[in-house]
Amino acid sequence: MPTLVSHPDEVKVISRRFGQGAADIEKYLELDGYKAVQRAIAEGPEWIINTMKASGLRGRGGAGFPTGMKWSFVPKVSEKPKYVLVNGDESEPGTCKDHVLFLHDPHSIIEGTMIAGLAIGSRLGFIYLRGEYRYLLKIVEKAVADAYAKGFLGKNIFGSGIDFDIITQTGAGAYEVGEESALMESLEGKRGVPRIKPPFPAVVGLYGGPTVINNAETIANAPHILLMGGEAYAKLGTERNGGTRLFGISGHVERPGVYELPMGYSLRKAIYEVAGGIKDGKKLKAVVPGGSSCPVLTADEIDVGLDFDQMGKAGTMLGSGGIVVLDETVSIVEFALRVISFYQHESCGWCIPCREGTDWIKKTLTRVHAGGGSKKDIDNVQYLAENMMGRTFCPLGDAAAMPTLGFVKKFRKEFEEYIDGKRVDTPLITIDQLVGAH
Amino acid sequence: MSTVANTIFSPELAARFDHLVTIYPLSRSALVPMLLYAQDEIGYVSDAAVAEIAQRLDLVELEVRNVLSYYSMLRTKPAGKYNVQVCTNISCMLRGGYKILDHCKETLGIGHKQTTPDGVFSLEEVECIGACCWAPAMQINYDFHEDLTPEKVDVLFQMYRDGQGKDVK
Amino acid sequence: MADVTFTVDGKQITAPAGTLLIEACKTAGIEIPAFCYYPGLSLQAACRMCVVRIEKMPKLQTACTTPVAEGMIVYTETPDIAQARKATLQLLLGNHPLDCPVCDAGGECELQDMTFKYGAADSFYAEPKNHREEQKWSPVVYFDRPRCILCYRCVRMCGEGMDVFALGIQNRGSSSVIAPNVPAHMSPDDLAHVDCEQCGMCIDACPVGALTSGTYRYKTRPWEMNHVATICTHCGDGCKTTLGVRSTSDGSEIVRGDNRDKSGINGDFLCNKGRYAFDFANHEDRITQPLVRQPNGELKPVSWEVALDHVGSKLRALRDTRGGKSIGVIGSNRITNEEAYLLQKFARTVLGTNNIDHHRTADYVSFAQSLAGHTGRTASLNDTLKAPAILLVGGDPTNQSPATAWNLRTDVRLNRARLYVANSEEIKLRRQAKAFVQLAPFGYNAFAAYLAGDNAAAASAASDSNALSAFRDAVKAEENLLILIGSELRGAELKKLIDFGLTIPGAKFALLSDYVNSRGAADMGLLPDMLPGYMPVGSPSDLATEYAVPNEPGLDMLEMFDSAGRGNLSALYIVGSNPVARYGIDPASLKDTFIVVQDMFLTETAALADVVLPAANLYEKSGSVTNSYGDLQQVNKAGDRAGVRSDFEMIVRIADKIGADMRKLVPFGKGLRADMGQSRGAQSGEADRHAVWLTANNLEPRLSPFDAFAILDEIQRLVPGYNILRLQLLSGNDQHLSPVAPTPLVQIGTRRDQVLPANDSLFTSGTLGRFSTMLGDLQQNEAQRLIQIQTAAD
Repeated sequence: MPTLVSHPDEVKVISRRFGQGAADIEKYLELDGYKAVQRAIAEGPEWIINTMKASGLRGRGGAGFPTGMKWSFVPKVSEKPKYVLVNGDESEPGTCKDHVLFLHDPHSIIEGTMIAGLAIGSRLGFIYLRGEYRYLLKIVEKAVADAYAKGFLGKNIFGSGIDFDIITQTGAGAYEVGEESALMESLEGKRGVPRIKPPFPAVVGLYGGPTVINNAETIANAPHILLMGGEAYAKLGTERNGGTRLFGISGHVERPGVYELPMGYSLRKAIYEVAGGIKDGKKLKAVVPGGSSCPVLTADEIDVGLDFDQMGKAGTMLGSGGIVVLDETVSIVEFALRVISFYQHESCGWCIPCREGTDWIKKTLTRVHAGGGSKKDIDNVQYLAENMMGRTFCPLGDAAAMPTLGFVKKFRKEFEEYIDGKRVDTPLITIDQLVGAH
Repeated sequence: MSTVANTIFSPELAARFDHLVTIYPLSRSALVPMLLYAQDEIGYVSDAAVAEIAQRLDLVELEVRNVLSYYSMLRTKPAGKYNVQVCTNISCMLRGGYKILDHCKETLGIGHKQTTPDGVFSLEEVECIGACCWAPAMQINYDFHEDLTPEKVDVLFQMYRDGQGKDVK
Repeated sequence: MADVTFTVDGKQITAPAGTLLIEACKTAGIEIPAFCYYPGLSLQAACRMCVVRIEKMPKLQTACTTPVAEGMIVYTETPDIAQARKATLQLLLGNHPLDCPVCDAGGECELQDMTFKYGAADSFYAEPKNHREEQKWSPVVYFDRPRCILCYRCVRMCGEGMDVFALGIQNRGSSSVIAPNVPAHMSPDDLAHVDCEQCGMCIDACPVGALTSGTYRYKTRPWEMNHVATICTHCGDGCKTTLGVRSTSDGSEIVRGDNRDKSGINGDFLCNKGRYAFDFANHEDRITQPLVRQPNGELKPVSWEVALDHVGSKLRALRDTRGGKSIGVIGSNRITNEEAYLLQKFARTVLGTNNIDHHRTADYVSFAQSLAGHTGRTASLNDTLKAPAILLVGGDPTNQSPATAWNLRTDVRLNRARLYVANSEEIKLRRQAKAFVQLAPFGYNAFAAYLAGDNAAAASAASDSNALSAFRDAVKAEENLLILIGSELRGAELKKLIDFGLTIPGAKFALLSDYVNSRGAADMGLLPDMLPGYMPVGSPSDLATEYAVPNEPGLDMLEMFDSAGRGNLSALYIVGSNPVARYGIDPASLKDTFIVVQDMFLTETAALADVVLPAANLYEKSGSVTNSYGDLQQVNKAGDRAGVRSDFEMIVRIADKIGADMRKLVPFGKGLRADMGQSRGAQSGEADRHAVWLTANNLEPRLSPFDAFAILDEIQRLVPGYNILRLQLLSGNDQHLSPVAPTPLVQIGTRRDQVLPANDSLFTSGTLGRFSTMLGDLQQNEAQRLIQIQTAAD
């Protein structure tokens, strides 16, 4: 069971029920559960969407798209059924916030799904969990069953005359399925390959119907926002970055864990105060601030606020809120190799730049790391990454190219050390391809 | 579609599949869960499982294989009774994930995607399993084990050997 | 949709809104490269080669997924675009084997062309390429995985285009691979295979040399062949196939068939027969010398002169002693219109007999007579691609006319056409059908009656009367319905169905038959009771007027053999047909008949002949053929074999030996004072425009009786409905003709039904197919598969 952590600087909105047994529906009800959805029924779709807009909530999956606006894009009238889809395919390395959320407060996700459904006029929601989260799926399945048993789900919810159903769904191991359209493909029983956009999911999504797809954390925020009011939620954060979010701090810190911090909170403080500083008194070398796809920050670059805009200005991204801290002992070359190996393993293979680019960067870095590199290899890696940026079918190509570019540009010297034979490591053998590989 | 006369699955799983294909707007949505659940029961996705699932969903077998081969948790060959999946992705790597993996290799005497001769354990190095803040971590079948040390791993293996490990499915 | 105007590379372009940018540009002459894009198949946007710069868009956009919009400003070749494409190519080439010098696709490879254009020649990878062994997926489909660039064209072609779904994508990332539907571990030989229709469309679609053809691989280089576009000799669809020919010591050998031309009536499509089954021409059993039976009973090779002398003198003697009516003539479904016309003219005017017939594979006489008095009611094969609604009664296009099936699937997929299928079998096309009704065996007559309003016929038409009733309602609600009719329907029932169809506004009809010129054979009057153009023997017609044609209908095919059995048939002249096998004729019944056979092989029929004349096949001659639909197309000579003669030439020479007036038989010699070439001139490599013009306008001199165009002139002049546009024909285009029987009607139903559908499968093609090694291999492949399925089931 993941250990729960706590820090005085935390502002507990979404995590306020953590550790209180709220997976139990009675406990959840005790803690204001299913009040927001009743309010939502009473106030109607327009109010929900306006409140969400006012909250300044931006997508917690990584892209940071304003949630209220996303919901408002769904056409009011549609021939095909509309769907709400909760993305719990949390797979970005360094990210485990939804893990905690599903574990401690599954009903908030169910309630959030219902609210989104009410907002867009959908009658069916899906909660999709990555396959590895089987034990969490059990928890969510039980929560859904309990909600049905109470009559909160199903026909005529809360006497509103509205029906709403939720289906839980599991993946089976594929990072790419975290991409919204790939998730829909997977949910439709297909290979988790992204779809051509436009059309966007809000217009043509799951089963061809208009679909709102949100990260689990985003959805779980909705009940809190409706209860506390959009403006109040917004005020917790910074301008255009409303509220709080779950940050998973991992790697070389004394107190790794998932913390709920207000948007805009200082990255330095998050590392040194909230997470207790660098493990074993070592020095900080670098931070990957929002999951492995975010460009690395050096130890000198951490005086930045944790919100989408400030991180963007700092040349990186807030991403999924997974802060990975690297101490002075870490080999950036090895780290970069491990990162690209992941993307190579997870590339869906659909488009050429991502499929071939991740593979060649991985091959080249493997050789450099093993001491067989040449100066030209560093340029080649950079060339490959630059030529993947913005050229791939979906964001996975960028996700692989961005950190690679960051490592090569900011730590070029270390790559040169490997090439010059000043530094030698045991070769890193990374994961083989899939079993079925021909 | 749905029900199959001579199912290869247990009556419980067959009944679950009968139900599963009915709940979605399109029955094919049941494919990925069915493959996983079939694997949970048989130990891997066998040719017979592919054939029956294809039949249940009115798909050609090739289509099932296309999907099956995409997802890294699905396998077409048997694994050990307990499949040990050690994460070595960045957060775990920083906190000794590779050390844990090496320890597992040494203790079990097997490598990546291999199975012990007694069939009890198989080992797999896996990508991020979403336990970054409790690294290093691994999964034995579906159960998470966190904040690992080689000693903890030894204890765990003994527990599973003794048949006392959890085994959520 | 309304037109929009936008700018591409500074050029103003107008196209209907919603058109894909890549298509709009292509129409405007701006080529945007793409590997994964294939017109008509679902969009992939996977190869990223078609990226273009669109103003106001931050990233490069894929032209294959971008619909054109008003005012859009697009650049297709800027330095950043070129760089993007170059980088993509470099990535592809990183693992591509670069075995271009031996690759089948070398010289015809889109990857090569793009590399040449964008100069992605530098390689900066030190790692070895991933090598995998080539896989034989079937006798005709080979897969060379390292060459594959994963454009998924083959997968979509097989699934969306063919409705076969034999190819898939497996694994992911750089391990992604195109996988066939029989995995290695489930195959007795531990090798992966395709269980499919073996059409080869995947090979056609492959932009590189990853999928190669079993008939062609490692045989030659594309530039060492001449490419001749001609018409496939097999089914009644009449697809254009491009034959690659190479010189050999005894002629020129066909080494490849494919659809590189794509200008034919078949569009993108070509089936396995059009692609692979040209190899009968090279079969070792082929006869290349005339054979004459000796007094000892043996067939002995003789010179052409000896053989023709013998035939000529013998036929003349028999005609003069026992009368023309004692002689029978049997024509072919695979000879040209000119040959068929010439043959019937030879029979009627030189031998003086109407005893002429052919293996009829559909009842075109009843078809023409049912449509007498109507114009614009016959459908072209092209209509099957565009019709808003189609009623298919009988037939099995998937197996018997694959291009028709392709078009119907495409029409349903792209135009949402409504397909109604009524068949006594569960034919595969029912999968595309909006409604399918399974008819009772032999229920077509009752079905036609039921459609026409005879409710009492329902019970004998189909068991499911509700389905039947809904089916009729749906069909009757249609307009501009295309009615495709299988050869099961003949005579009165065919007329009944057509009469019903004529009540539907704008309905058009086609009758499906089995071989390349089954329709032409009927149109050209290879019938005992019909002159060319379905003019009944004995009734006034231009032909009957111009030449002395016997007034009484002759013997049909079976009557001829009956007559032979009674000892009344003095001679039988058989051109390109094997009736002995097809109709199960007792050889003994022919013992008193002098038999001349023109064929490629010693068939069951030829083996009984007194004289066997080695014939050229359709790929070795020029002329025209008419497909099931009445679409006329040009046949061009591709292959050549020393020792053989075209049927046209043989007929003429036999007539000559008999002593016929050559100028009357073949009206050559017209325009003798024409420009003979003195003033002509063509730049090297260009067409002789003078010649093209003369030919197109029917002005070129016919210098000898061997000029098939002299007969085409006469067909055009004398056969109703054959109002040929010469330029269309000579440009290699198809044109729809509809010879219609004259009114008043001859009573339908009083004629003997002599239609014998060939019922060929995808891997058979009558007698000819038996001499195609590749078709044999495919049959064996298919049989093995069925045994495996059976074994697995046991």
